[in-house]
Amino acid sequence: MTEMQAEQAAKVLDVSHIQAKPRPHRDALIALAVFVVLALLPMIFSSKFLLDFVIRCAAYGLFATSLNLLVGYTGLTSFGHGMFFGLGAYSFGLMMQKTGVPVPVAFVAALAITFAVALVIGAICVRLKEIYFAFVTLAFQMLIHSTILSWVSLTGGDQGLRGGIPRPPFLGIDLSNHLHLYVVSCALLVIGLFLMHQIAQSPFGYTLRMIRDNATRASFIGIDVWRAKLTVFVLAALFASTGGIIMALFVSGAYPEFSYWTISGEGIFINMLGGVTTFLGPMVGTALFLILNDTVTRVTDYHGIVLGIVILFFAIGLRKGLMDFVVEWYVQRRERSGERAP
Amino acid sequence: MDLDALTGCLASSACLVTQTTSGFIIGMLLFLVAVGLTLIFGVLKVVNFSHGAFYMFGAYFAMTAYQFTGSFALAMLCGAAGTALLGLAFERVFMSRVYGRDVLMQLLVCYAFVLIFDDVVRMIWGPEFKSMGMPAAFQVMPLFIAGGVVPPYYLLLISVALVAAVILGLGLSRTRLGKVIRAAAHNPGMVSALGINTGLIYGGVFALGGMLAGLAGALAAPVRSLTPGMGFSVLIESFIVTVIGGMGSILGALIGALLIGMIRSFGSLGFPLFTEGLMYLFMVIVLVSKPTGLFGKEVA
Repeated sequence: MTEMQAEQAAKVLDVSHIQAKPRPHRDALIALAVFVVLALLPMIFSSKFLLDFVIRCAAYGLFATSLNLLVGYTGLTSFGHGMFFGLGAYSFGLMMQKTGVPVPVAFVAALAITFAVALVIGAICVRLKEIYFAFVTLAFQMLIHSTILSWVSLTGGDQGLRGGIPRPPFLGIDLSNHLHLYVVSCALLVIGLFLMHQIAQSPFGYTLRMIRDNATRASFIGIDVWRAKLTVFVLAALFASTGGIIMALFVSGAYPEFSYWTISGEGIFINMLGGVTTFLGPMVGTALFLILNDTVTRVTDYHGIVLGIVILFFAIGLRKGLMDFVVEWYVQRRERSGERAP
Repeated sequence: MDLDALTGCLASSACLVTQTTSGFIIGMLLFLVAVGLTLIFGVLKVVNFSHGAFYMFGAYFAMTAYQFTGSFALAMLCGAAGTALLGLAFERVFMSRVYGRDVLMQLLVCYAFVLIFDDVVRMIWGPEFKSMGMPAAFQVMPLFIAGGVVPPYYLLLISVALVAAVILGLGLSRTRLGKVIRAAAHNPGMVSALGINTGLIYGGVFALGGMLAGLAGALAAPVRSLTPGMGFSVLIESFIVTVIGGMGSILGALIGALLIGMIRSFGSLGFPLFTEGLMYLFMVIVLVSKPTGLFGKEVA
């Protein structure tokens, strides 16, 4: 269904032609502009609530968008993507607590750990057929979760990494300062989105779409499907891990819930909410989800029921995400004006 | 790592009997859940991600029925029949809408119900741990087999699960209804063209799967504590069982469940911190060496 829409959209807008040209300079300018706007935001609205919201959007947004690289672009429905979110948070937090290295070093080390783990898990998983892939990734997530719970001496078990994560200043940036943390989160978000967009628009990104649409044909023309899937699996894990690191910095700790399967479920839901056919769909989904989640938790203790009903409404009723509707509306408008013009 | 405890246990017949029984208990409960999962997958081609919720409901139904009537048999019946009805309703109203759609949608619908069901249980029975207690009929002296302690309830549990396995196996391979179900799994279009209501078959298979999970929950209620969300770890384990045994194979589910049961039971002696890890490790070994599972057929 989504493919057909994408095809329709491509036909009408001729986007297949336009999008095939990567435009890194223009994207970089847009990214820079967005970053400047976000960074100047505290000058206009200084409410802590808004800044917190943007930081959480950055953490969840990177996670959800990286999941879209798998689900939307490659057709790999991972139900265990949250493990890398938790892994990033824990490996960063542990690095800072146990070794006391500077923040950038811990950041790189956390990504390196994620890289190694994702490589091993991906190598086992990406060969599997879709439903197997979904559940085996989920099983690995539960393995990581249960390891965190049972390895009490290292991770603090179900209490999480307590006592806060030390955040020594580096290069004039003091992450224990809320404003500094906000700007750094925005920077990471914008850089992450920019890089993922470049991946999605690169020839490699188009290879992924081809694998999604017809893996057999892709392998016939000489694409190593396994290698491409593994590459995107590891790349997506790195971005999800970055999201986890932002979360760990934000709450100054790491908790087992970060690696629990519900995080993966939320990621899938966010993607559904925003739509997987557009690059920014998951970001829109993230903002919607956080607003929805905050409102519902404030109103009722039984937020599972409310969220469940919303999910059903989207999955069975609407059958697509909000950004899909926006794209559809745009295409229809183009069609109508196209009919009038000539 | 506590290999001494493991070798010490393997050398003593008492410990061996105790651990084997507990392995059988874990394995048989897992089998009942996993066989429903594998049956639903085999016929409907969807993985019921909310299958753990049926296990949970089975346990809660049984506990409530036992508290009201005091009859253990009625409690089991309520657990099984209640979840069967629930399964039928769930399949007809919701799951039947996502057949043939992409996996993402099926997962989302089930995910929504995992959230909803857990909260419904929290609403009705409260968030705290509950226990049903051992029925009076089974509060008797445990049996001693070769020095090992075996509560009589364990024997009942194992035999009920074994009887269910035999009935299921024979029913699917020998009866007319079993033949229809296998045909519907193979080619639903043709079966429906021959005048058989496939919607009914689908609903029935889902109800059967739900009933088996509910029965497992009801059987587990006297020996395990009840809490909202208790179904999820069972779901993951029974999925591991089906991966090991092969999706769609009943024998595979039985062997896989017993293997996992033994790994958990003996693993908790030798590797107390790594018991779960052992289970996943075993799954990975099977996946890498034989991706279709021990008894799975090549999926076209």
